[in-house]
Amino acid sequence: MGEILVIAEHRQGQLNPASLEVIAAAVALKEESGHKVTVAVIAESPDDFAGLVAKAGVDEVVKVPVPVASFQSDTYEAAVLALAEARKPAVIMCAHTVDAWGYAPAVAARGQFGCATDVFEMRFEAEGLVAVRAAYAEKLHMEVDFPGKETVLLTVRTNVFKPLEDDGSPAVTSFEAPSAEAHTEHLTFVEPEQTGDVDITQAEYMLSIGRGVGEEDNVEEFKELADAFGFTLGCSRPIADNGWLPKSRQVGQSGKTVAKCKIYLALGISGSVQHMAGMKHVPNIIAVNKDAEASIFTIAKYGIVGDMFEIAEELRDQDS
Amino acid sequence: MKILVPVKQIAVVDEDFELRDDGKDVDPDYLNFEANEWDDYSYEAALNIMEASDGVEVVPVTVGPDDAEDVLRRCLAKGGDRGIRVWDDALEDANPAVVAQVLAGVAAREKPDMILTGTLSSDRSYAQTGVALAAALGWPHVAVVTGIEWTPGDPKATLLRELEGGLVEKLSVECPAVLTIQLGINTPRYASLRGLKQAKEKPVEELSLDHLGLSGDSLAELASFRVRRMYKPETGQAELIEGTPAEQAARLAEIIKELKGAA
Ligand SMILES: Cc1cc2nc3c(=O)[nH]c(=O)nc-3n(C[C@H](O)[C@H](O)[C@H](O)COP(=O)(O)OP(=O)(O)OC[C@H]3O[C@@H](n4cnc5c(N)ncnc54)[C@H](O)[C@@H]3O)c2cc1C
Repeated sequence: MGEILVIAEHRQGQLNPASLEVIAAAVALKEESGHKVTVAVIAESPDDFAGLVAKAGVDEVVKVPVPVASFQSDTYEAAVLALAEARKPAVIMCAHTVDAWGYAPAVAARGQFGCATDVFEMRFEAEGLVAVRAAYAEKLHMEVDFPGKETVLLTVRTNVFKPLEDDGSPAVTSFEAPSAEAHTEHLTFVEPEQTGDVDITQAEYMLSIGRGVGEEDNVEEFKELADAFGFTLGCSRPIADNGWLPKSRQVGQSGKTVAKCKIYLALGISGSVQHMAGMKHVPNIIAVNKDAEASIFTIAKYGIVGDMFEIAEELRDQDS
Repeated sequence: MKILVPVKQIAVVDEDFELRDDGKDVDPDYLNFEANEWDDYSYEAALNIMEASDGVEVVPVTVGPDDAEDVLRRCLAKGGDRGIRVWDDALEDANPAVVAQVLAGVAAREKPDMILTGTLSSDRSYAQTGVALAAALGWPHVAVVTGIEWTPGDPKATLLRELEGGLVEKLSVECPAVLTIQLGINTPRYASLRGLKQAKEKPVEELSLDHLGLSGDSLAELASFRVRRMYKPETGQAELIEGTPAEQAARLAEIIKELKGAA
């Protein structure tokens, strides 16, 4: 029996919920492959997280004590490589998070493992593991395999797999990772600035603008439109990066999740995974985009293929 | 002092497109080529460091065919005196583990003091190349960097790294290092027409795998995956609102009203 090794992730004392999604994906993969599922907890005090990852279907939780409290890439790399060396897992899985971006490609390169990032579908076929990920701004999916690779590392897209509810009673073991020379040092965390601006996580109705808005001078008319309809104005990342709206208005992975939103009007937003991470749960997404193939239409309930300025102008006339 | 900046020409698909005969990629006739957005930020970050100190050289490098020279010229139009382009037909469809090895070969020749890459390239979104390059060189690395405090020659840099939900980590890294640069770290400058004209005169060194002591066969062994096929995902469930813009807007207003009423 082979093994699927999940690397759990945590930050500021909290298990990353995305790790539970990866465990769910691993357990599903176990059902078709017969591989056992092991979850590794690499932490200063792994006991803090070991119980949290002991979900039904997990066969083993391996505690890997390390001398650093927060993520450190060299430490993670050394631990994961040593685990892989000791166990020769068929698959190593972790969430496609910023921390994983910082160490997973190095692990794959150093171990000469098969590797695919941002994977949202995986299965075993006769020739081995097959993974599916997106390409070209989500307009295409690509199916990849890993000929000749004994171990394959997958980083798994977040918000795709449903975390398992039931707890299990896996074996709990410990593993001593080799000490790693750390070339980076954590100094501090900087919390997002409290700007006193509206809290978009509480908004029920959002109108968000993306790069389709074109230039800063155009932002005001959408602000007025949002006001007229009683919507809160939000934005995709380029708008905040340009300073056209404050960062507190940015919806997405590195922005905010609009947790309470019921209607989300997306104007000139393409629908990158990172944007969708903050709004794809909204029950009523309405998208206006010039590009009929924009991936925002794959999650929208209603769509208008058209120019956001034309639609905005007509909407204003509607209102008056 | 030298900063190496790997940059990439990315492909964007036309609205209507067809796949290549082998089904493994888009037919090149339907692709448009652009500079990768993230590389605008990494290159700008390098220029900012160059302009703040004396005696710093910024060298853009790309792994790509002839026409990928455009992205180098675009960089050189903004600053920097020379670029490097590596190509071999064996690199067609190369995956990031392979590109990282090629870039490591360039780094071995150039001996830079820092390497700045983009976090991601928007055509394939692998988010692997920079960190895999660091692994190939055995260098320290930090991904998704949104702030750099470093004066060339300093043994360490202080960085900001952007995490999820707006949280930021402040950390230090030993140099030389590979940093992958995130959007928003700066405001990239535009290439002026004059700059573009001047850039035409700047040298771009063309390297083959031989120059780097690499071979297509040995690189092929590094491939970490193989593309089996590409396909259009099933299109989503959006109900399209048709008609003239006025009709579409009227229906949209109606839908909003209904949804608000029901909510
Ligand atoms: C680690 C990481 C974290 C990130 N975090 C976030 C995040 O939190 N939030 C976020 O949004 N992004 C985030 N991004 C960036 C993300 O990858 C995209 O770059 C970004 O979401 C694109 O924004 P956009 O949709 O506005 O722009 P684009 O992708 O450029 O799309 C613009 C769209 O507007 C359409 N359009 C243009 N003109 C018009 C018009 N007149 N009328 C109608 N439609 C028009 C175009 O067809 C296109 O679809 C992150 C990226 C990384 C790597």
